[in-house]
Amino acid sequence: MHHIYCPYCEETREEEEYSYTGEAHIERPKDPAAITDEAWGDYLFFRSNPRGIHHEMWYHAAGCRRYFNVTRNTQSYEIHETYKMGKLPTVTAKTIAADTLAAQQGDAS
Amino acid sequence: MKKYSGFSLFKHSLSHHENWQAAWRSPQPKKQYDVIIVGGGGHGLATAYYLAKVHGITNVAVLEKGYLGGGNTARNTTIVRSNYLWDEASKLYDHSLDLWKDLSQDLNYNVMFSQRGVLNLGHNLQDMRDIERRVNANRLNGIDGVVLNTAEVKEIVPVINDSQDIRYPVLGASWQATGGVARHDAVAWGFARGADSFGVDLIQQCEVTDIITEDGAVVGVQTTQGFIGSKKVACVTAGNSGVMAAMVGLRLPIESRPLQALVSEPVKPIIDTVVMSNAVHAYVSQSDKGDLVIGAGTDSYNGYGQRGSFHIVEHTLSAICELFPMFSRVRMNRAWGGVVDTCPDACPIISKTNINGLYFNCGWGTGGFKATPGSGHVFAHTLAHDEAHPFAAPFSLDRFNTGHLIDEHGAAGVAH
Repeated sequence: MHHIYCPYCEETREEEEYSYTGEAHIERPKDPAAITDEAWGDYLFFRSNPRGIHHEMWYHAAGCRRYFNVTRNTQSYEIHETYKMGKLPTVTAKTIAADTLAAQQGDAS
Repeated sequence: MKKYSGFSLFKHSLSHHENWQAAWRSPQPKKQYDVIIVGGGGHGLATAYYLAKVHGITNVAVLEKGYLGGGNTARNTTIVRSNYLWDEASKLYDHSLDLWKDLSQDLNYNVMFSQRGVLNLGHNLQDMRDIERRVNANRLNGIDGVVLNTAEVKEIVPVINDSQDIRYPVLGASWQATGGVARHDAVAWGFARGADSFGVDLIQQCEVTDIITEDGAVVGVQTTQGFIGSKKVACVTAGNSGVMAAMVGLRLPIESRPLQALVSEPVKPIIDTVVMSNAVHAYVSQSDKGDLVIGAGTDSYNGYGQRGSFHIVEHTLSAICELFPMFSRVRMNRAWGGVVDTCPDACPIISKTNINGLYFNCGWGTGGFKATPGSGHVFAHTLAHDEAHPFAAPFSLDRFNTGHLIDEHGAAGVAH
């Protein structure tokens, strides 16, 4: 059971209050009629599905009923951050790799 | 390969069963193969078996990062049925059911396929209308099925709660008498032994870390046991298919989620069929050992941890206890999770890709076990001829771009 911090309610609540709504930061094509079937299919169905850091949307169904973003590790289930819609994540696979590298170098020196 | 028989059983009993031949070899990987199959689960092993048996392609390696049949093959609830709604899906799953019928003889390995029938319960008027529609579609496709009312369900499963005064009363069910269960481990082991006897190399503890391509074509894979070359690489990697695809920069219409199951302590024979309910999302059968085998739903979010959320189990068990009040005092022995590769239309992907020689057989989601022989059979054809088997053709990756989805979600018995 995840305990998720809602950035709008500013409360940490149990997973059952929320609904998962899929990968975050997928922008709807501005003019769907103008793009190819490939591009439209990619937008609708194709997902990155990583083993590791994943940016995803959750909906606070039993709370403020607003969408927000979560950065979560799909392997360890650790939640790194939650942030409001329209914001960008501060924790990504790249920043974690860099942090790990820095920590290793720190250990070595 | 030495044939198993009643006589061999007797012969080996004289030497206390200490001299049985190993069921398969444990070879070192060769430098080059005609086909590399990534993933040594039921589907991968079945693919290797039919490649060798039907198409005569035996220079094949199956690479498995753990041990054979240790992933979802060992984690499912072993239900076999073919009562799917749409023509494309029912052809594929019924093809598989046909292969199940002779599988033990074909493999010379007892997969304990037991056609004990499958019930899909309906709990409201709409459920019953959907069931009637699906059974009619099944019968038009030559798949056996009947619609039962509450009394008829009670006759088949006397322990079911037929009270109409519960939250989800049993109004009726669809009944596929040819459905049933099989012994999941034996399926993997039987296909492994069969493939090995044709000369297929089964290489365990060998994780593929990268797929190597040159000029848009596959040349081999990098593994924890070094580079292995092949012009054809077939990924049969279920929940890890997205990770495999990312190695060559592909994305798939797949999300990997944990799906849970659990078994109880062994009890005396109480239920001799398979009962499934989509509405309350619970299904139960009883193994030959006596355990109640119970399947739950998937977690709602992506996850690669082979465990699920407790509240999902709680929902399932509350449904089981309402349907079978007497089970409320049965203790559960074990619970586990598997990572299932769910597709938007709940149908698999059996497909070539835009990289020459790279194939995927994935997206079986929550219901792949029943399809194990059929999946391997049609995928072997796709690999051998570089062209989809007629039954596999509708399940190509490009259906997500053309829009020809096969929407089995909710329409069929779904879920498993």
